[in-house]
Formats: sequence, structure tokens, C-alpha cells
Amino acid sequence: MNVRVLLFGPLAEIAGASVSVNAVADTDSLISTLHKSYPVLAESKYVIAVDRHVITSNTLLSENSVVALLPPFSGG
Amino acid sequence: MSEANSYERYSRQIILPGFGKEGQQKLFAAKVFVVGAGGLGCPVLQYLAATGVGSIGIADDDLVALNNLHRQILYSVKDIGLSKAERAADILRQLNAEITITPYNKKITTQNALALFEPFDIIIDGTDNFAARYLINDACVLLKKPLVYGAISQFEGQVAVFKNENERDVSYRDLFPNPPKDGEVANCAEAGVLGVLPGIIGTMMANETIKMITGIGTSLANQLLTYNASTNEVYQFSLPGRTTHSHSPKTKAEFLTTDYEWLCSSAATDEEIDADTFRDLIEKGDVDVIDVREPHELPKANEFSNIKIPLSQLPRNYIEIRSDSVVTFCQTGSRSLQAVKILKGIFGTEKKVYSLRGGILEWQRRVK
Repeated sequence: MNVRVLLFGPLAEIAGASVSVNAVADTDSLISTLHKSYPVLAESKYVIAVDRHVITSNTLLSENSVVALLPPFSGG
Repeated sequence: MSEANSYERYSRQIILPGFGKEGQQKLFAAKVFVVGAGGLGCPVLQYLAATGVGSIGIADDDLVALNNLHRQILYSVKDIGLSKAERAADILRQLNAEITITPYNKKITTQNALALFEPFDIIIDGTDNFAARYLINDACVLLKKPLVYGAISQFEGQVAVFKNENERDVSYRDLFPNPPKDGEVANCAEAGVLGVLPGIIGTMMANETIKMITGIGTSLANQLLTYNASTNEVYQFSLPGRTTHSHSPKTKAEFLTTDYEWLCSSAATDEEIDADTFRDLIEKGDVDVIDVREPHELPKANEFSNIKIPLSQLPRNYIEIRSDSVVTFCQTGSRSLQAVKILKGIFGTEKKVYSLRGGILEWQRRVK
């Protein structure tokens, strides 16, 4: 299963604005795969959205799911 | 100004479908408090004053600086060194003398926030740090006041509306439950910001405020909108339901004793040294100075010898650090505090590790 991940703000500097991840069933396994590939990501704070809904617990992914990693911004 | 003239002034919005004189009267009656008269606050204030919001409060304890002018478009060169809140109020009064504008040349704290917000209907967060953002959110939740939120980073912005009418409405803490520690997320001074970006995001915040007051359109309540000025990409995310937050104060008494600076660790610590102490240390020698910024960041630090190790590489790349005293620095002194934590984790008590307070920007200001 192929999942597209969009990274916002400073997270895009770590892994690029968009990455494709294969063979993950849910958001927990997606995040652990991403943290292995990009260890600095594990030290960042962000929330996860699946298909434009911010989630608060592990969520099953389907073919062509789009996951977004959204960090808080402080600037004003 | 007579009532006829007054309606002439706003005639182009009054004739909009669904707006009418009723919409204009709602704007005249509205009381909006804007925290931060900076990049976001300037366009918010300009549009709220122009559209005829009857009462506007402005809180900011900062002074206008030259490097504000590329994005804080209310101010001119002659305003440098003057209070932003007071200058903004004067300039807006010239734009619209029919409305009441009240400047508060002070920082929002737990001690003054509830009293300052109480007389207003809507609070707007245009601040530039997490301690203020969590404080403002918690005050709005306690007072059940709607909060219009906007924030920016380099080329990207976020906008949201938190209605705070009842227990089911999501707040900023439902979106970002835990305050990031200072240095985890770079601010405008460190990461940079495109001048036009706060103009766009601040204008969106003004738009959401005007829609909320007049009841027109669809609100961004329970949504997070993101905008990328570099790619023109806009996304809208729906937010999860209300959750419980261990850190958020449940009563006004609890709010008054919450230390937001500490929660976001933006207060001074004994790991920090000031420019004078730093100068003494480098004059004595036997100190390794580490620039933890990314290689492209400006200004360059040429005034003293230093080793360049970006924060992200520090956990693996510390072999060049040999002296018993180490001073880390970055742009403003927040990432270097993170670096101190990392190096203390590596060296324990073997080395003395400090962060240069205020970073290279403060150092260069002092030296000049």
C-alpha cells in the first residue's frame, strides 16, 4: 500500500515537502518507519492528519491515503 | 460624521448580499482585542479599523524596529523606537476617527489577561511565541471568548477559529496539546519570514473576525487552514473533538498561578551567559565556541573563532569539542539552549556548557 505524506513548515526541511511510503497499514507503523528514515523527525512536535482530518489515535490507512504532518508555528 | 456620511463610508460592503445595514451595525457594536501589533497584528488592525469595528484594543509591549518594516506595514522609519501599540492606535485613528481604539503598551500576562480580555467580544492572537499563545488560549477558554488564531513560519501560515462557546468546541490545546519547548520551533527572527506572508495570513484572520461578527459566510471554526506562499497550496484540516488536557488551568485561580514561560521554557536559566561574560570567556581563551545554526544562516559570526555544528548534527558530531568550557550560540539564543541540553547529556559534568543569551543578533547589537 502506497501512502503519500505531506510535511509542513520546518518538517519539510527534514524530509522534503512530500514523501511516499510503502507497506504501512496504519499511522503508528507509518510514523515509526518515518522516524527510522529521518531520526530528527522523532525530536519534532507535530500532529497527524489523515485525508484532511486531524487524528489523535492510531488510524488505519487505505490505498492512496494522504497523511499530513503539521507542526505548530509560533511566528507572528 | 453624520450617520448618512458614515453609511456612505461603508456603502460598498453594506450593499453585499447578506450584509446590509444590520451587518454594519453589528460591526459598530463589536469589541475586538488584538494581542500583538506585529506582522499579523498590522493587517488585522488595518482591516478591522477600516471595516468599522466599533472598539479595538491593542496590546503589545514591543517597540518598532528597522527590521520590522518589511512586514509590519502600519509603521514608517520615523516610528522606530516608539511603542507599537501606541503608534498603531494613532495611525488607525487617522484612518477612522469614528471608532474607539485603546492601546495597552504592555505584555499580556496571567495577571492582566483576564481583566484586559473581559470587556471584549473576540480575541485575536497575533503574537510571536508559544508562551503567549498558550496563555491567550487558556484565558479565552476560561472566559468563553472566541479566539482567532494565526501563526507563520518562513513561507507558511496557519489560521483557525476557536469559538470556545461550550465544552464541545475545540481549542488551540486540542490542536497542539503540548507546548513545544523553546528552541524546538524557530521563530521569525531565527528562521526568517517573507514580508507579504503575515499580510496574507493576518488578512485571513481579519476576514474570519468580520464573518464571525456579521454572521456571513462559513467560519473556520474547528478547522485549521494552512497556506504556503511559495507554492500557493492551501489545505483545510478538520480538527478532532475536545479532549482533556492535564496542563490547562481549569479555574481562574489556577490560571493566575500557571507559569507559561516555564511551560515553554522561554525564561532565562543559569545555563545562559550574557554578552559581557561571553567576551571575558573568549578573551581568556580555553573555550570552544559552537555555532549551532544551519550553514546558510546570516549574519556570519566572524568576530571570534567558532566551530560550526548545526543543532541537528550535534548529537553525533561533537568530536571537535575539546575545551572544558563550551559556549553555544544561534540566532537569538533559543536553539543554543537545546544544544546545551544535548551537550550536557553527552559530557555530563565533565565540561561547563553555556548558551549565549540573545544569540549572535544581541551580541552584534552590543558590539556595535
